[in-house]
Amino acid sequence: MAKLVARDIPGGSYVNLGIGQPTLVADYLPSDKHVVLHTENGMLGMGPQAQGDDIDPDLTNAGKLPVTELPGAAYFHHADSFAMMRGGHLDVCVMGAFQVSTAGDLANWHTGDPDAIPAVGGAMDLAVGAKTVYVMMTLFDKDGTPKLVPKCTYPLTGLACVSRVYTDLAVFRLEDDQVYVTETFGTTVDELASRLRVPVLAGPSPA
Amino acid sequence: MIEVCGDAEAALRDLRDGATVLVGGFGEAGLPFGLLDGLLRCDAAGLTVVSNNAGNGHSGLAAVLATGRVRKIICSYPRQVDSWVFDRLYREGKIELELVPQGNLAERIRAAGAGIGGFYTPTGVGTPLAAGKEVRNIAGRDYILELPIHGDVALIRADTADEAGNLTYRKTARNFGPIMATAAKVTVAEVNRVVPAGAIDPENVVTPGIFVNRVVLAVGTAKAGSARSGSRETTR
Repeated sequence: MAKLVARDIPGGSYVNLGIGQPTLVADYLPSDKHVVLHTENGMLGMGPQAQGDDIDPDLTNAGKLPVTELPGAAYFHHADSFAMMRGGHLDVCVMGAFQVSTAGDLANWHTGDPDAIPAVGGAMDLAVGAKTVYVMMTLFDKDGTPKLVPKCTYPLTGLACVSRVYTDLAVFRLEDDQVYVTETFGTTVDELASRLRVPVLAGPSPA
Repeated sequence: MIEVCGDAEAALRDLRDGATVLVGGFGEAGLPFGLLDGLLRCDAAGLTVVSNNAGNGHSGLAAVLATGRVRKIICSYPRQVDSWVFDRLYREGKIELELVPQGNLAERIRAAGAGIGGFYTPTGVGTPLAAGKEVRNIAGRDYILELPIHGDVALIRADTADEAGNLTYRKTARNFGPIMATAAKVTVAEVNRVVPAGAIDPENVVTPGIFVNRVVLAVGTAKAGSARSGSRETTR
């Protein structure tokens, strides 16, 4: 999944990779693609995770893990960092999700479980701010319920913000409330259509 | 000139019951451990803490919460693998949580420091965190009204202070420091070193001294990071 997302990120983009699975995308971005990674705690030009002597507690990513800086890196405060998102300066952000709707609504911060402690971080800012929002998730949850849904039932993170969904079984493009299957892995469009509760169309979406 | 305080208690001497305390840091990067230790030895109760997270482990902000003297926390990301102290207080109904999207949190602090009475933001529109907030459509897009967050005291971590109060920071430990410094009646910076005025190149000042009232040297913090950054010359 991470490899496919990395393949589809245009060269020269400014990109924010969300906490968890999306951070793996960085492993598949060759340096000659000149993608600049943004981390919302205040850095552009983030390098790989730090190891050994390179670990510096003052240099962490959004997941609070130690990272490194690449040549050309810049540090900035939080208001500037979120201006980069909200102001539409980031080209791509990649996030995980609990649910995505056919209209591109995103739910990824809270299950709504009354006992769960809610935490939102920068997810809502990324959802509304990045020019393009990609989601990486499994297509079905553990009990087989689809996570690509007609309408999100979990609390929303953002409205109509997701344009592509990368899953273990297929890649989807969301456009004008239509779901296009652009790639499948070990399954078929017909099979997906029967397992999902949303109509899907084969083939790349119209450009 | 700024006041260089001998210890954290002196820097926090006018902290009163019910005060709003802005605490810099993102996770442990930029968290002013020495000032938070000083806060443990203050009597002020009924505090509102504004910080990105709600404490990790048992030190720093978590230790302050554990005293029971924090009534309310305004933050974006309280739940973490080691946020035991907050989790327990929250589940026992002993602390109030105002959850704010991270960028709105930052901008509300920035707005307070810049004298802005509020702002319309697209972040949060259509979500539960917009509940009860004014929605306004501007040029075809919906925005919600967010109000500034003022602090009585800001506790921030910086790298170097000069005697004019100018500050530099280290790497991503900068995070909320520069905006919190602007948004409180009294701003206290915990720093690795204090240098004479003129020793920081004016072009490299991140927080101008007008926003800083007191500094205290970082000492005796158990954090390897503080010790390490303290031993490193990064002034110029």
